[in-house]
Amino acid sequence: MLQVGLTHFLIISAVLFSLGIYGIITRKNAVMVLMGIELVLNSANINFVAFSRFGNFGLNGQVIALFVIILAAAEAAIALAIVLNIYKTFTNVNVDEIDHLKE
Amino acid sequence: MSELLINFSIAILLLPLVGFIIVVFLGKRFPKFYLFEVILLGIALVLSIIVLYSKLVYLNTTDVTASFTWISMSNSPAVGSISIELGFKIDNVTALMLFVVNLISFLVHVFSIEYMRGDKRYTRYFAYLGIFTFSMLGIVLTHNLLMMYIFWELVGLSSYLLIGFWFEKKSASDAAKKAFIVNRIGDIGMFIGILILFTQYKTFTFDVIYQQIASGILPFESNAWLTAAGILVFMGAVGKSAQFPLHVWLPDAMEGPTPVSALIHAATMVAAGVYLLVRIFVMLTADAMLVIAVVGAFTSLVAATIALTQNDIKKVLAYSTVSQLGYMVMSVGVGAYAFAFFHLVTHAFFKACLFLGSGSVIHAMHHEQDIRNMGGLKKKMPLTYYTFLISTLAISGVPLFSGFLSKDGILAGTLAFGKLTGHWLIPIMGFTVAGLTAFYMFRLVILTFHGKPADHHKYEHAHESPFVMTAPLVILAVLSIFIWYTPNPIGADAGWVLKNWIKTPTQVTPLETRFEFMKPTNSSRDSKTEVHQEVTHSVEYTEAIHWAHYPAMFLSLAVAALGILIAFIFYQWKKLNADKLAGKLKLLYNFSLNKWFLDELYDKTAVAGTLNFSSILAWFDNKIVDGIVNGSAALTRFTSKMSGLFDTFVVDGAVNFTAFFSGFVGLSFKKLQTGKVQTYIVFVVFAVIILLVFFKPF
Repeated sequence: MLQVGLTHFLIISAVLFSLGIYGIITRKNAVMVLMGIELVLNSANINFVAFSRFGNFGLNGQVIALFVIILAAAEAAIALAIVLNIYKTFTNVNVDEIDHLKE
Repeated sequence: MSELLINFSIAILLLPLVGFIIVVFLGKRFPKFYLFEVILLGIALVLSIIVLYSKLVYLNTTDVTASFTWISMSNSPAVGSISIELGFKIDNVTALMLFVVNLISFLVHVFSIEYMRGDKRYTRYFAYLGIFTFSMLGIVLTHNLLMMYIFWELVGLSSYLLIGFWFEKKSASDAAKKAFIVNRIGDIGMFIGILILFTQYKTFTFDVIYQQIASGILPFESNAWLTAAGILVFMGAVGKSAQFPLHVWLPDAMEGPTPVSALIHAATMVAAGVYLLVRIFVMLTADAMLVIAVVGAFTSLVAATIALTQNDIKKVLAYSTVSQLGYMVMSVGVGAYAFAFFHLVTHAFFKACLFLGSGSVIHAMHHEQDIRNMGGLKKKMPLTYYTFLISTLAISGVPLFSGFLSKDGILAGTLAFGKLTGHWLIPIMGFTVAGLTAFYMFRLVILTFHGKPADHHKYEHAHESPFVMTAPLVILAVLSIFIWYTPNPIGADAGWVLKNWIKTPTQVTPLETRFEFMKPTNSSRDSKTEVHQEVTHSVEYTEAIHWAHYPAMFLSLAVAALGILIAFIFYQWKKLNADKLAGKLKLLYNFSLNKWFLDELYDKTAVAGTLNFSSILAWFDNKIVDGIVNGSAALTRFTSKMSGLFDTFVVDGAVNFTAFFSGFVGLSFKKLQTGKVQTYIVFVVFAVIILLVFFKPF
């Protein structure tokens, strides 16, 4: 019987992280980019919890995971507000076209 | 007493200067201020009479000096210790000269009040007279060569101002320039002479220099340098006293107002040269004296021959002045020191009278100066005529008048000189000039005052001059009579002037450089000194003077009488026609009329030479100096251009390249900045991956 260990969690976390990065890079829609960011954050959460379970760190990892969740919520709120403002200005939320930073 | 003399002398010196300052600065606003100048001169005259009286009566044998150290350097580089003193020396000569200068200056001031009336620079004229009188008195009073030189130049300046007083006339401004430049030539010599003495003796004071010469210290240890110093200082006198060859300025100086001619160019300033010779007499060597005698004799001859044919009343008088100055210089040269100064004094009076008389005539004739247009003025202006006549008799050497006394003395001196040294040409010239003088002076008198008027229109308008003009004439004419100088009308020796006042000083030059007769001999001390006080002269000189006394007197009387007679034959009785004679002797006549062609000669040589030299210098300036300047300018421009090019291409190139390179780099990396967040994230991810791969942290 295959014992589920730290390695599996880390692999899932890595896959999740990669998917998140992929989403951030490839999606045109800003909301989808935000969702990618959520994925990255959550992959980090998995890491924290996994190390909390298998490592010798006590409950520190879980506490930080909770902090990250709160942070993610706050970040989502602010980011969505930004996205709304962007939409008001450009009438779309396509990150490819929002390259005014260049000039 | 001596302090009084000094204080009075300072006052006499400064009064005309005060007058000058007041009149020149305030004269324009207060035209009446010219009277200040006249009054101050009157005060100075009174003071100088007091000085003369107290000097001659109370301090006859002692000289008064007062001086202060002006510059004192204890050890200056190259020259050692120097102390330069300024001061006065008042001896009998000074006192007499003070009186003469002040008297004539005052009379000329008074005369000018009327003569110059209506001139547009009336007050300035008086200011100039004041500065002249100041300078002249400075020359008279000084006890050193430095002050002598300073006042010498001041006199030259005031002479320049007054000759060119009517500078609107081209001839007047030219004459002023000519006088100034010709005088400069003489002054250069004088300056070098003074410096020779100063280099040796480190002092300018006459008496100190003479003491050192007497104690055997000579400039550069040589008699020749002493002779040279004497002749060079004499050059100053050649310029100022209008001696040949620098006499050409004086006749031209007659362009100035006539009273100025009387004061400066006849009586006082031109006598400054003779005064200088009197001052340096004791240091003149025999060679220097011979040069001086020859120059003087030749000058008097040249001027007398020129005066024969001149037609301008002032020109005749001018040449007679040159001639008489030549007499005085010659007299110093032959050792007749006392007579030289005596003649200076008498000449000052009668020549001033003649010039003022001519001024009176010119004034009456409405500025007509040509004697051919005059005649018959005797009736119209009797006072002017008689004073003029007295002065003419004096200058011609007629007994009972002052000129006879001094001229006779000079001629006797030359005769004795000729006998003792064998230079017979000098007395011959002297007697010739005496005859010529009598002739041309009477020609002048006859043509001006006798006969029939040549120009009736002007004659009708002629009138005797007012009192302020005739009064000076009368005073000067009275002073031309013998009684002021000696009780004996035919012998000056008995008179107080020569017996008590003017004494020939002992020469200080080394014995071997003196004339034989200037050496003191023991026997001269005892026997005949009561007749000739000069203890400096040897017995043979005293004897020679005695021998010369009567021949000189009769000879001079004879030539004077002859001259006067010929003048009367030609011009009064018209027994002979002067014009016909002139036609016959055309060559000689033209030679004299054109002043020996000296002006032309100077124009051709000195003036043209100077001009040519100047044009060479101008060429040098234009081509060489300007060439150097322009060349350096071109060189500078070239190097500037080069460094400009370096700046534009190298320095600017480097700067621009830096800028361009930065821009290029920026442009090429600009592409990386897409502004798209996702691209950046890609970079970050790849960067992290690369870091992980390369650095292998695990």
